[in-house]
Amino acid sequence: MALLEISGLTARHGLLEAVRGVSFSLEKGKTLALVGANGAGKTTLLRTLAGAHRAAAGRIEFAGADVTNLPSHKRAAAGIALVPEGRRLFARMTVEENLLLARAAGRPGRWTLEAVFEAFPNLLERRRSRAGSLSGGEQQATAIGRALMTNPDLLLLDEISLGLSPLVVDRVYRQLNALMSSGATIILVEQDLKRALGVADSVICMLEGRIILDGRAGDFTREQVTDAYFGLGGTRAAAS
Amino acid sequence: MSASPFRVERWTTASRASVVAVALLIAALALGPGYFSDNAIDKLTTLFVYVILATMWNALAGYAGLVSIGQQAFFGLGAYFAVRLADGGMPVYGALASAAALTGLVSWPLSYFMLRLRDGEFAIGMWVVAELFHLLVNLDPLIQGETGTSLVALNRYGAFARHAYTYWMALAGMSFLLLLLFALLRSRTGAGIQAIRDNEEAAASVGVEVARTKRLIFVLAALGAGLAGSLWLANAITFQPKTYFSPQWTAYMIFMALVGGLGTFEGALIGAVIFFAIEALFGAAGVWYLIGLGATALGFALFLPRGLWGWVEARYGLSLLPVGYRLRFKTHSSSPAQTPRLAAQPRRK
Amino acid sequence: MTWINQIIQGVLLGGYYALIACGLSFLFSVMRIINLAHGSLAVLAAYALFWLADRFGVSPILGLVAVLPAMAILGWLLQKTILERSARSGRLVPVLSTFGLAIVIDNLLFQAYGADTRSLAPFVGSLSYDSFDLSDDVSLGTLALITFVTAVAMLGGLQLFLTRTPLGRAIRATAEDPDTVGLLGINAGRVNAVAMSIAMVTVGVAGFFMAVRATFAPYAGAAQLLFAFESAVIGGVGSLWGTLIGGIVLGVAQSLGAQLHPQGFLIAGHLTFLAVVLARLTLAARGGRLRAWIGGAR
Repeated sequence: MALLEISGLTARHGLLEAVRGVSFSLEKGKTLALVGANGAGKTTLLRTLAGAHRAAAGRIEFAGADVTNLPSHKRAAAGIALVPEGRRLFARMTVEENLLLARAAGRPGRWTLEAVFEAFPNLLERRRSRAGSLSGGEQQATAIGRALMTNPDLLLLDEISLGLSPLVVDRVYRQLNALMSSGATIILVEQDLKRALGVADSVICMLEGRIILDGRAGDFTREQVTDAYFGLGGTRAAAS
Repeated sequence: MSASPFRVERWTTASRASVVAVALLIAALALGPGYFSDNAIDKLTTLFVYVILATMWNALAGYAGLVSIGQQAFFGLGAYFAVRLADGGMPVYGALASAAALTGLVSWPLSYFMLRLRDGEFAIGMWVVAELFHLLVNLDPLIQGETGTSLVALNRYGAFARHAYTYWMALAGMSFLLLLLFALLRSRTGAGIQAIRDNEEAAASVGVEVARTKRLIFVLAALGAGLAGSLWLANAITFQPKTYFSPQWTAYMIFMALVGGLGTFEGALIGAVIFFAIEALFGAAGVWYLIGLGATALGFALFLPRGLWGWVEARYGLSLLPVGYRLRFKTHSSSPAQTPRLAAQPRRK
Repeated sequence: MTWINQIIQGVLLGGYYALIACGLSFLFSVMRIINLAHGSLAVLAAYALFWLADRFGVSPILGLVAVLPAMAILGWLLQKTILERSARSGRLVPVLSTFGLAIVIDNLLFQAYGADTRSLAPFVGSLSYDSFDLSDDVSLGTLALITFVTAVAMLGGLQLFLTRTPLGRAIRATAEDPDTVGLLGINAGRVNAVAMSIAMVTVGVAGFFMAVRATFAPYAGAAQLLFAFESAVIGGVGSLWGTLIGGIVLGVAQSLGAQLHPQGFLIAGHLTFLAVVLARLTLAARGGRLRAWIGGAR
C-alpha cells in the first residue's frame, strides 16, 4: 500500500495557482526526486504536503488517513517532516535547542540527539553555538537533523544543496544515502538532476504547477528529463 | 496611449455631485447663526470639532500608518496656548487661531524623533509625550495646576456673539482642514501618502519620501488637534488640564475613524456624524456609554477593520470624495467588481 | 545622604516597575504585540484581590492562589478572542483592539466600584509600612524589598523557563518564526496562548504589589501601562534583564526628580524615557554613519 497518495492537489498563492491538480503516490521506503525549473511549484507542493501551505483543492492521504485539512503541527505528529527551503533555523537558538524543539512532535524513535550528532559529527562541537552563526553546511545538517528528530515516516527535503559547496553537498548526500538505505521514505527537491536521478527510485518533473513527467528514475535519460524540465518534451511522458 | 483598454478616472458623476453638495452644505451652514437656535449652534460647533478630530486622526493612522494614543497632547496644547496668548493680550479669536498654529509648530521638532518609533512604540510614546505636556502645563502658574483657569477674555462678547463667532471659526477651521487634506491627498504628495498606507517599503522603493511625507501628516494632524482643542476651549471657556489632556479625546478619535472607515476620506466624516449622534442619544448613560464606545471600537477593530465606509466602498464601488484614481475598462459599462482602484483600498500587512 | 537615600528608594521602586513591565515586555518579545490593556488588567487583578479580601476576608496573599490562575485563564481567553485575530490583521490593529479593551475594563471597574480609591494595605497587617533602618538616613521598606526580590525572582524564573524547558524553547522559537514551528509539531496558536497566560500571571502579581504598596482606582491602569512601557523601552523592549535595568533607571529618575521639584517625580520619568529614546536613535544614526564611513573607506 502506498504511504502517500495525492489526488488532484491544487495550491494557490493569491490568484496564482502554483500547484495545479497534482496526483501521484509513493510507496513506503522509496525515494522520489521532484525536479523542475524555478517556479514550477515544487516548493509549494512540499509545503502543502507538510501543512505549511493550505491546499485549495484535492486530497492528501498519508498512511491511510486523510490529512488534507490537518494543520502542520498535527502532520508532524502524524509523521511528515519537511526540511524547508532556506533551512528556516531559529537563528537565535543554539543547535541543540533547534534539535530539541522537534521533540514536540511526540514521536520517540531512533533519531535522538545522540543519533543526530553521530550522523552529523561536525555538529557535535557546535551544539552550543547559535544556529545563526553556523556555516551553510552546518546549518543544513542542523535543519536535516531537526527534521529527523521528529522521527518521520516521510521526509520532505527542499533544495538541501542550495548554497553549499560541492564538497559539503557530497557529505550531506553521503548521510542521505545512509538514511535511504535504512528504509526511510523521502521526497527530494533537487536542482542538480544528476544527483537527483542518482539517489531516487522514481522521478517527477513539474512544469508550471503540473506533472509533466512521472516514472521510475532508471526509465529516463537525462536528456528526456531535461527536455521535460524546460517544457520541450511536448506531451506528458508517463511511463509508470 | 489610445491603445490602452483602460481609462484613468478621478471623478465620477456621484463624486462630482457630492463635492458640490459638500460645498453647498458648508455655504448653507455659514448662514447658520441667522436661523439656528443657540443650542443648535453649540451642538453644531461640537460636531465640527468632532469632524476635525476624526479626519485628523484618520489622516495620521489611516494614511500615514501612525497610530497615536497621544493626540490629546496637541488638543490640550492648543487650548493651553490659547489661554496663554489671550492672557498675554492677544485678541481672543486671534489667540485661538494662533494657538493651533503654535501647536503645529511644536509638533515639527517633536516629529524628528517620535516618527522614528515604530507601531506600538510610537502609539504609547505619544501618550508619554501627552502626559509630559500635561505635567509641564500644570507647572505654569497661570494654570494653577489641576485647578485650571478660564478664557476670561471671551466674556467681552455677549453670549450670542460668542456662540456665533466660535461657530464660524469652527466651520471655517473644519472646512479649511478638510480642503487642505483633500488637496494634499490629491496632489503628488497624496499619491505618496496613499502608497505609504498601502505598503511603506514598496512606497520607499518607488521613490516616495516616506519620512518627509509622514512628517507633513504628523504636523497637520497636530495642528488639527490643536485647533480642535482651542475651539473646545472657546465653547467650554474653562481650562482644566486634566480634561484637555485626557486620553479620552484620542479614544473618541479612534472610535470615529475606526467606525467610519480607517483610511478613507468619507469614513472619517461619517464616523464623526455617527459619534455625534451616539453621544446625543446615549451620552447620558455615563459609564455604560463609555463601555459601549470601547466595545464598539474593539468590535470594529476585530471584525470590520475597514469600518462602515470601507465596507460600503468594497461592496458598491462607491467613492464620493475621490482622492484616488480608478481604472475603467473603456468598452464595458463596468460593474464595481470590474473597476480595479489604484491606491484606494486600505490594505494591511 | 538624602541623595543616596533617594537613589536607594529609586532602585527599590524600579523593582516594582520591572515587575509591571515584565509581562508587557514578555508579550512583546513573543508576539510583537504591545498590549494597551496591560495596566488595566493589573488593576483588574487588584480589584479581584480586593473583592476577595473585602467580601470574604481572604488575605490578598492567599487570594493570589485564586486570582493568578484566573488571570491565566483570562489571558488564554483574551488570546483566543482578541489578540490572535488582531495580530492576523496587521501590526496596527492590536494597538486599536487592546486600547478598546482597556476602555471597556476601566469603565466596567468604574461602574462596579465607583471613583473611590482602594488599597490592599489594610489586609496585609503591617507589611505595607514595615521597614528597617540601614543608617540614620536610610531605611528600607520591607514591602519595597519584597517587591524587588519578587521582580528579580520572576524575571530570573522566566529566563530559566524560557531557556531550560521545552515549553520555554517552543515559546522562543514561535517568537522567532511562527510558521516554521508547526513543521516540528509545535502548535503556534497554543504556544502563544500559553505565553499570554504567563504574561497575565505576571500582571496579576504586579497588580498585587501595586495594590499593597499604594492606592488604586478604576482608571489607574493608564499610569501603570505607561510605567511598564517606559521601563520596557528604556531597558530595550523584549529583553527580560533589560526590563529590570529599565525599571531601575525609571525609578531612580523619578525619585531624584521628586527631590528636585515637588512635581518632578513623573516629569523626570517621562523626560528620562524620551532622553533614552533620543540617545538610542542618535547612537543608531551614528552607528549607521560609522558603518557607512568604514564601508566607504574599504
